[in-house]
Amino acid sequence: MKDKLFGFVGKHPVWVILVSLSFAFFAASGAQNLIFKSDYRVFFGEDNPQLVAYESMQNIYNKSDNVSFVVVPEDGNVFTAKHLQALKELTKQSWQIPYSTRVDSVTNFQYTFAEEDDLIVEDLVMNASSLTQAQLAKIKTIAVNEPLLVNKIISPEGHVSVVNVSIQFPGKDLNAEVPEVSLFVKQMTEKFLADNPGVQVHLSGMVMMNGAFTEVAMSDSASLIPLMFLIVIVFIGFLLRTISGTFATVIVIILSIATTMGIAGWMGMFLTGPSSSAPTMILTLAVADCIHILSSMFYEMRHGSDKKTAIAKSLRLNFQPIFLTSITTAIGFLSMNFSDSPPFHDLGNMVAVGVMLAFVFSITVFPALLTVLPIKVKQAQAGENNTIEKLANVVIAKRKLLLPLTSVLIIASTLFISKNELNDDFVKYFDTNIPYRVATDYMQEHLSGMTLLEVSVKTGTSSGINQPEYLSAVSNFTDWLREQPETDHVNTITDTLKRLNKNMHGDDPAWYKLPTDQEMAAQYLLLYEMSLPYGLDLNNQLNVDKSSSKIVGTFKNMTSTELIALEMRINNWFAANASQYQVDIASPSLMFAHIGQRSINSMLVGTVLALILISVILGVALKSWRFGAISLLPNLIPAGVAFGIWGLSVGQVGMSISVVIGMTLGIVVDDTVHFLSKYLHARRENQADTKTAVRYAFGHVGKALWTTTFVLVAGFVVLAQSSFSLNADMGLMTAITIFVALVVDFLFLPPLLMKLDSGKFESKQETTPPENNQLPEPSSVS
Amino acid sequence: MLVKSINKLVLTTALSMTMLSAFAVPLDKEAAAARGLEISVEAKARDTGWSDNTSDMQMVLRNKQGQESVREIKTKTLELLDDGDKSLTIFNKPRDVKGTSFLSFSHPVGNDDQWLYLPSLKRVKRIASRNKSGPFMGSEFSFEDLSSFEVEKYRYNYLGDEQINGLDSFMVEQFPVDENSGYTRRIVWIDKEAYRVQKIDFYDRKNSLLKTLSYSDYKQYLNKYWRADSAEMVNHQSGKSTTLKWQNYAFKTGLVDGDFNRNTLKRAR
Repeated sequence: MKDKLFGFVGKHPVWVILVSLSFAFFAASGAQNLIFKSDYRVFFGEDNPQLVAYESMQNIYNKSDNVSFVVVPEDGNVFTAKHLQALKELTKQSWQIPYSTRVDSVTNFQYTFAEEDDLIVEDLVMNASSLTQAQLAKIKTIAVNEPLLVNKIISPEGHVSVVNVSIQFPGKDLNAEVPEVSLFVKQMTEKFLADNPGVQVHLSGMVMMNGAFTEVAMSDSASLIPLMFLIVIVFIGFLLRTISGTFATVIVIILSIATTMGIAGWMGMFLTGPSSSAPTMILTLAVADCIHILSSMFYEMRHGSDKKTAIAKSLRLNFQPIFLTSITTAIGFLSMNFSDSPPFHDLGNMVAVGVMLAFVFSITVFPALLTVLPIKVKQAQAGENNTIEKLANVVIAKRKLLLPLTSVLIIASTLFISKNELNDDFVKYFDTNIPYRVATDYMQEHLSGMTLLEVSVKTGTSSGINQPEYLSAVSNFTDWLREQPETDHVNTITDTLKRLNKNMHGDDPAWYKLPTDQEMAAQYLLLYEMSLPYGLDLNNQLNVDKSSSKIVGTFKNMTSTELIALEMRINNWFAANASQYQVDIASPSLMFAHIGQRSINSMLVGTVLALILISVILGVALKSWRFGAISLLPNLIPAGVAFGIWGLSVGQVGMSISVVIGMTLGIVVDDTVHFLSKYLHARRENQADTKTAVRYAFGHVGKALWTTTFVLVAGFVVLAQSSFSLNADMGLMTAITIFVALVVDFLFLPPLLMKLDSGKFESKQETTPPENNQLPEPSSVS
Repeated sequence: MLVKSINKLVLTTALSMTMLSAFAVPLDKEAAAARGLEISVEAKARDTGWSDNTSDMQMVLRNKQGQESVREIKTKTLELLDDGDKSLTIFNKPRDVKGTSFLSFSHPVGNDDQWLYLPSLKRVKRIASRNKSGPFMGSEFSFEDLSSFEVEKYRYNYLGDEQINGLDSFMVEQFPVDENSGYTRRIVWIDKEAYRVQKIDFYDRKNSLLKTLSYSDYKQYLNKYWRADSAEMVNHQSGKSTTLKWQNYAFKTGLVDGDFNRNTLKRAR
């Protein structure tokens, strides 16, 4: 069957190329259905409890995606007539942003004050251009002392202010709605900057973050994929010195990527930050197949075979190992389906499909191309294997030292795993050169962080929020929350009620306190609500029957662990001080804070399952359960060591890192398969002793392992350059794991084998392993 | 009557403007404006002369999660022919605002005069605010939506005819004159049979459809004045809605100007 395939490829290369190309072209045409989803909610499964809680809160109060204009005046003073006029104009313009439902700024803050028995409700800044110095000073005093504004809309020093726009996406087609808003906001900002030279504007908020997802994916695919292609071309060109081989490899890679993305499009998948790294990963993994086939082919040709025979031999030799490694790699990636975050399912499935396609293309179109393209081979040169041979000798000679030494190093590094702290901070997903990150960092430094917690406190009874005991509980909670070191700002209805109470008593500061009976609170709110303008109502803080209110805390950016701890403290506060109320806490920040732990828990199952499957495959491939079991060590150690190194260097893990163990398992296992099968081949076939078998394994696969590892590490290091930290971390962690795997296979596994496998080989009566279990011979390359 | 003469004046002015502008450039635009105005003037004319009325109104508020809340108010309105109407609103539900009453002198152009009596403080407070576009009692209606229709509050544009609720209707676009209005425009469906408002689409400040108000169950009072028994306001952006139901309509109950001032506000029941 296999030979028939190779025979056919050899005889009708043009047909194979044409059929493959048309298949790929048809499949790839599905790629036009692929759209990029710019919505942070894609990271959460539909039944994610934090997402459900947040959506429910949005249905009860108002939806709250937002755009924040962080406006920095030229002279560091917000309170000049000129700048306030500019802010007023920006505020007015902001109402024109598509799907905007609310605009909050210093200028349109609804300032209430008393004049005898009149309650006056008006914009804090009315006729900005004609304000006197005294009026400006008064406005500043009011603004920086207003708890609703300070640290959220205006900095305490009065040198930066924010225009915050709430956006309510209809959600019919977010892929059109989000860019529509971002584009409008950007044009508006450009015009504002042109009209107000010297003023700086930074754009932050959830909508801009959604837009940034698209931006990083675009900039990544524009820089990383070409870079990776370049590395592949240079690497193969340099290593194998073949233009035709490089060309054929590039074709296989392009076909694999295009077909995968096309199939994803046909399947109705969409692209997200993580799944947009699929092309880079497929690219990296597809190269390995081609290198194996090319190097075996060149080996045969150098040893006198003509091209066609060499191709056929190479295919026969490589079919099973490539198939095996492709399967294990695919299984590793498929384990991502257990992740709690849907984009990683897509990434895993896409790469798994891509790897299998790369396998198919490597044994069809690749040899067909090699058949039709001119290929020259230099004569074999001797002596290049010196390095590997030397390494083998050192490993064998120093095995008594190496085994304890490497063991200690491995154990020592795994000790640092616990130094990893959970952190999914969506602001830090973006590199510091992404405008959203710059804006948000600026905002964090001068005003407040992007971390929000929305706390809904429910009484369960209609009009319950007007009860004095409820109000005092909420007020006490607010005071407590404001004392927490992380807190930048707290928005609460009780501040409004205190201010109204003061207004109702002739602005006497002594009355800045909560109303003492329910009727009074209810009537104040009725009065206040009737005097508010469009969009500045209380519906974002109170539910329809006024049985619950929402307190919004804004905090300094913090790690997931810290945020979860804060959530716990809030729950504890209510348990201790106001246990009669039901409390819900939700927010996008909280969703991201929990996703890391949830991902790790869910990936445990996926990783164990992948491990079992891969071990079974290994056991079958190596024809020995004992060696299948021994192989567990070199397969698992790399992830353990990599996490240790990560703990020591980076120290923060999240949802993207949680998928790495399962994913790399399928890749690192390849090294072990190659090394062990050569070793066993020597032991079984040649009845070699362990030292000879180790030397044999080094000699036959050392170079191939080193080269494929180099390509893989290079590929994932390229991915590590992504401006999107989920992808960058995943890439770096994978690169570390793969590199550690090679080191383990070279320095730890051989001494271990020599120790455990001493004595005669027990199953020498076994049938000869099939020759196609062999690996490509190390090619003699310079 | 004064109102008649005002209406006539407005109408003739509008018509003569139309005639004049027949020689100006965009005839259609001017004609549509005049036609829109004409329809609105006729609608107002048909609802003039009821002098005063009282009614009970129930509001049912609904959010996207399906939670509901009920408000009940009583309103007394005095028709003024040379100015906006005067109205007294007495709150009955929720219980904690019972007895609160609200007096408003609406003006076709400029800010309304508003006073609120708070029983908990036993004081009348004047509310000085330009705002009438915020939600009334947390509902999807703003005070602007509930106040009386005055011709001078809008500029008009006749859009065409359309069937609605099985009735042949005019579609008139209305552009608020007041810059503090929450809307850029409203599209109003007025049936040709009796000039009753059947439906209103509200467009927010960025000219996107914000809300739709639909009236149903119109009944005629005093053989002349039509009042709907219920109205439903749906907010398309937030998914929230509010239903209004009216009961106990009474006209010409004998209310006089003296029933609408700060002192009566305290005693209002």
